[in-house]
Amino acid sequence: MPTGAATGYRATATLTFATELRRQATRRRTQLSLGFMAALPLVILLAFELGRPRGGGGGGERGQFAALADIATTGGLNFALFTLLVSASFLLVVVVALFCGDTVASEASWGSLRYLLAIPVPRGRLLGTKLLVALLCSLVALVTLTGTALLAGTLSYGWHPLRTTVAGEIASGPALLRLLGIMAYLAVTLLVVAGLAFLLSVSTDAPLGAVGGAVLLWIVSSILDQVTALGSLRVVLPSHYADAWLGLLSNPIQTDDMVRGAISALLYAAGFFAWAWYRFARKDVLS
Amino acid sequence: MRAPLIPAVRGGTSKRGQGTPAATLARLTRRRALAAGAVLALVAGLVAWTVWPSAPGYTARALAITVRTGPDGATPVPLDATSYVPDGATAAHPAAAVLLAHGFGGTKDSVASDAEDLAARGYAVLTWTAEGFGRSGGQVHVDSPDWEVRDAQRLLDWLAARPEVAKDGPADPRVAAVGGSYGGALALLLAGYDRRVDAIVPEITWNDLPGAFLPESTGAGPQAGVFKRAWAGLFFGSTGSPLGLAPGADPTCGRFARDVCAAYLAVATTGRATADQVALLRRSSPATILDRIAAPTLLVQGQADSLFPLSEADANARGIAAHGTPVRVAWYTGGHDGGPGPQSDQDRLRFLTAQWLDHYLLGRGPAPGDGFTYSRVAGIDARTGGVVAAAYSVAGYPGLAGQSTKTVGVAGPAQPVASPPNGTPGALSSLPGLRPAAAGLGPAAVHEVPGQHADFYTRPLTATVDVVGAPVVRVRAASSTGEAVLFVKLYDVDPQSGPALPGGLVAPVRLTGLPASIAEARPVTVTLPAIVHEFQAGHLLRVTVATSDQGYATPVAPAVYTVAVDPEVGLPTVQGNPIATPDLAWRWVLAGVAAALAVTLAAAVWLGRRRHGRAGRAVVPSHADTPLVVEGLRKEYADGLVALAGVDFTVGREQVVGLLGPNGAGKTTALRVLAGLVRPTAGAVHLFGHRLAPGAPVLSRLGTLVEGPGFLPHLSGLANLRLYWRSTGRPERDARLQEAADIAGLGDAIHRRVRAYSHGMKQRLAIAQAMLGLPDLLVLDEPTDGLDPPQIAEMRRVLVRYATDGRAVLISSHLLAEVEQTCTHVVVLHRGEVVASGPVGDIVGDSPSVQFEVSDPDAAAEVLRRAGAAGVRREGGGTIVAEMDGTPRAAAVAALVRAGVEVSRVVPRRRLEDAFLALVGGDAAGAGEERR
Repeated sequence: MPTGAATGYRATATLTFATELRRQATRRRTQLSLGFMAALPLVILLAFELGRPRGGGGGGERGQFAALADIATTGGLNFALFTLLVSASFLLVVVVALFCGDTVASEASWGSLRYLLAIPVPRGRLLGTKLLVALLCSLVALVTLTGTALLAGTLSYGWHPLRTTVAGEIASGPALLRLLGIMAYLAVTLLVVAGLAFLLSVSTDAPLGAVGGAVLLWIVSSILDQVTALGSLRVVLPSHYADAWLGLLSNPIQTDDMVRGAISALLYAAGFFAWAWYRFARKDVLS
Repeated sequence: MRAPLIPAVRGGTSKRGQGTPAATLARLTRRRALAAGAVLALVAGLVAWTVWPSAPGYTARALAITVRTGPDGATPVPLDATSYVPDGATAAHPAAAVLLAHGFGGTKDSVASDAEDLAARGYAVLTWTAEGFGRSGGQVHVDSPDWEVRDAQRLLDWLAARPEVAKDGPADPRVAAVGGSYGGALALLLAGYDRRVDAIVPEITWNDLPGAFLPESTGAGPQAGVFKRAWAGLFFGSTGSPLGLAPGADPTCGRFARDVCAAYLAVATTGRATADQVALLRRSSPATILDRIAAPTLLVQGQADSLFPLSEADANARGIAAHGTPVRVAWYTGGHDGGPGPQSDQDRLRFLTAQWLDHYLLGRGPAPGDGFTYSRVAGIDARTGGVVAAAYSVAGYPGLAGQSTKTVGVAGPAQPVASPPNGTPGALSSLPGLRPAAAGLGPAAVHEVPGQHADFYTRPLTATVDVVGAPVVRVRAASSTGEAVLFVKLYDVDPQSGPALPGGLVAPVRLTGLPASIAEARPVTVTLPAIVHEFQAGHLLRVTVATSDQGYATPVAPAVYTVAVDPEVGLPTVQGNPIATPDLAWRWVLAGVAAALAVTLAAAVWLGRRRHGRAGRAVVPSHADTPLVVEGLRKEYADGLVALAGVDFTVGREQVVGLLGPNGAGKTTALRVLAGLVRPTAGAVHLFGHRLAPGAPVLSRLGTLVEGPGFLPHLSGLANLRLYWRSTGRPERDARLQEAADIAGLGDAIHRRVRAYSHGMKQRLAIAQAMLGLPDLLVLDEPTDGLDPPQIAEMRRVLVRYATDGRAVLISSHLLAEVEQTCTHVVVLHRGEVVASGPVGDIVGDSPSVQFEVSDPDAAAEVLRRAGAAGVRREGGGTIVAEMDGTPRAAAVAALVRAGVEVSRVVPRRRLEDAFLALVGGDAAGAGEERR
């Protein structure tokens, strides 16, 4: 062959999406994570059933959380919304960091990364395939969580219009679309976590370091976001607009913060991914 | 004779060209410290730049201005003032001035932030504490023309005397009056009493003070009005001064002027106002001088305001506009009850004010026109819990009757209602400062007392009605006493969440001359308070007539009335055009960012594919048939470590080349370069004539085992091999999987998980993986590491067999025996340099060396030399090593014995070890030289 390659070798056929998917799907952690995503709504459902409040609720601070918890059992959509609310800030971050941070670092720790590169799988292609599969797994986790919550909630509580604490009721059809919108926005925001975890995954050969590092940095960003003394500087933080999806519950829909959040997330994610690609392309793979 | 050796480089330049390990570490740490310091400085600079207080652009100066005021104009009253002068304002470039007045109970500090905003825009601002408040002297006369208004006129004189203030004429400054509530009325009165004012912006203020405190919604006037006692108490009770009451001051009146205090006390006691009291309050009302206002007026009024509702601004607007003065009206969702409103409203008002002042004071920009803007609470932001307002504009001010009226039918029988004694218990519609409940936005804070209200419902609305203005109902009432005080309200009833009162506003009416029975009652038109509210389709309207309200004074004696409502309610509507918010621009930014990223991504993928496709097409013809040609390969790591310092060697077809060297020689680094894992600093590697680079397609003709096995531990050995082959993308039949599995020789264990393998098993599997597809060049790094002797022997046979059919093998090892037995060629590395390369036989040499252990080494040496040994050297003790140059060992022994030397041992030396140690032992002497 003119490129000197062995017969039958084509760079675009190496490490295809299907192969990488098989590589990741056979792993215990993938199966356990997705299983947990499916089981969590059932656990929450059980908790609601067992812990039915007797008498009136307490007074005191009624934040968004307490308010949404009250109406979580009024219908399938409300239950799914509640599940998303409790998972969005930490659980989903951990899951996305797990999928994206573990993918390259674990290959490096097993020693199989160098054999993949020696096939040769072009470095950019290797990263691309691994990232796509990791993002797909994260998306599947998100969809599994919401879908199971919706299904379990509907079976238990019925299919009713979405009740919100501030905007009254939203009809079922538009409410379902809003729920999809919330999922889409969460997916975009979590791209930042994915980028961070992927960058760390490329830089280290300890998977725990990559996953833990991404989660830690996200938590630091959230903590800094609470420090009001920083004022308008907080807009720069990647997690500043993380809860902007609540705007989809307002009537009418408040998209301003969501738009800004999407811009911030896209820019951060693009920056992290570009840096990861740059590092990996230049790197001497010693592990 | 020996083949020429590439001489080893001894001494001279050390491997690490830049010095000792300590220096390297110091340099590395220093570089890292510099990088970290640079990043830290950048971040610190960014934070400092953001939070650094910037120079304000103006100078604020606190002053005490004593004005001569009062009916005679001679009473001195000290006023505590602050003047804000923009930096650019001088006598040569004077600035226009703004008199900024504060609200009731405040001081000049209440408006300090607004003053700073205006000063930053280039206006000279004068704020002062009205007399009777704060640190100013005097008493509170509630914006009396003789006192507070005259104070303001004296301040205009003061401004006229300032050189940095622009003037329209001698003693006529270019000035605008801006203020809210108490300050707003002052602005209107000042414009009416003093022609020097060039523009005014009164906000949330009154038109007729007695009418505001004693409203009566059938138009009967303040003498028949119902006293707004909650607000009045708040208004007239807030005379606390930071200095406390002066000793001897009257605690009831505080700093209020005597006449005002007496009037308030009288009205509050009886709940009714006499003509004198009304006249006194009316003097402080803009209603008296609306026809004299020539200054263009921007009227801002709050929709959530039960103290000075929208009707006050309406009266001001009609009165001022009737005389041709430019007037503009703006409503917003805040007010005395609703606060400053959401950010969008604040921005709109700020923009309107700036536009007004810029045009009428500075002549900047086109005339603002008389467009009317209002906003409606559109929902609650779930994130912050604050309201979200949508703003609308209409071409002209439609007034409280709107542009058109929608009539809805109300039904319900006449009902009796009881008026409680002394107004207790009273319905709660709003209390001063209590945020009103808007429909559908949360639990209603209103509260109706059962038995004291009559409800009349409409049918559910078929379509949404957007009310902007004052609804009108007609009420009939009967009372045994002939009089009734009633509160008429319009509720928005949501079938799900219940009733809510828009704005928390009620219309109090005092009806007189009522018959005893409802059948004889004549309808009275009640104008409800103006609201901006969207009644959703499916909601009901409810007209409630109540007899008590906690904010108002109702008759002391209990009574029972009968009330009925005429079947038609008039709802004013307006065609408003939504005002687009500037946030729309961000959506375009988002679209732009997303598009740019998509294009960049597509371009990067396309470029990457193209570059990869082009790579490796260049062939060096002379090397086209040689599996491996390494020229001048050099690898230097970032910390200064030189792993390879210019290495050259070749691997030809059907050769087994051994890369030999002690630990740290650079073998593994060389193999890493070959596998495309590491980029060399200099030099070139050609595989079959194609230039090698990480990811080059020619690498597919290479099978590697570098630095040990690497498998997915959760899969079986066979599954690993299969998955690896699938990752190459090459056809399954090319894999020769069975042959590779046979070479691995694992038997049934190949179906167990790799996690359970021993190191030797993994090593064999790794070699098998390297051989998948039978690559043309096999590169193995220490293949026998971890194998036991039978497996080593087997592996040797495999490798020798492999190097046939045009294939080649390159192995690296530090086991000399292995290399000697397996390899056809050897490359010896030491400290990153090739010290010897060539066929094994050439490196080793022809002449075998023999080691003798003798009793007399000197004599033995002499004997051996005479026997024909080429090189004899002593090794210490009784050991002599001699290079037998064709002389058989037996003859040498016989010669020794004949010479009387006792020979205890005769050992043929291992040749490669000999040569190897000689090459790398660091000995300056060449091999074979005699040592003494």
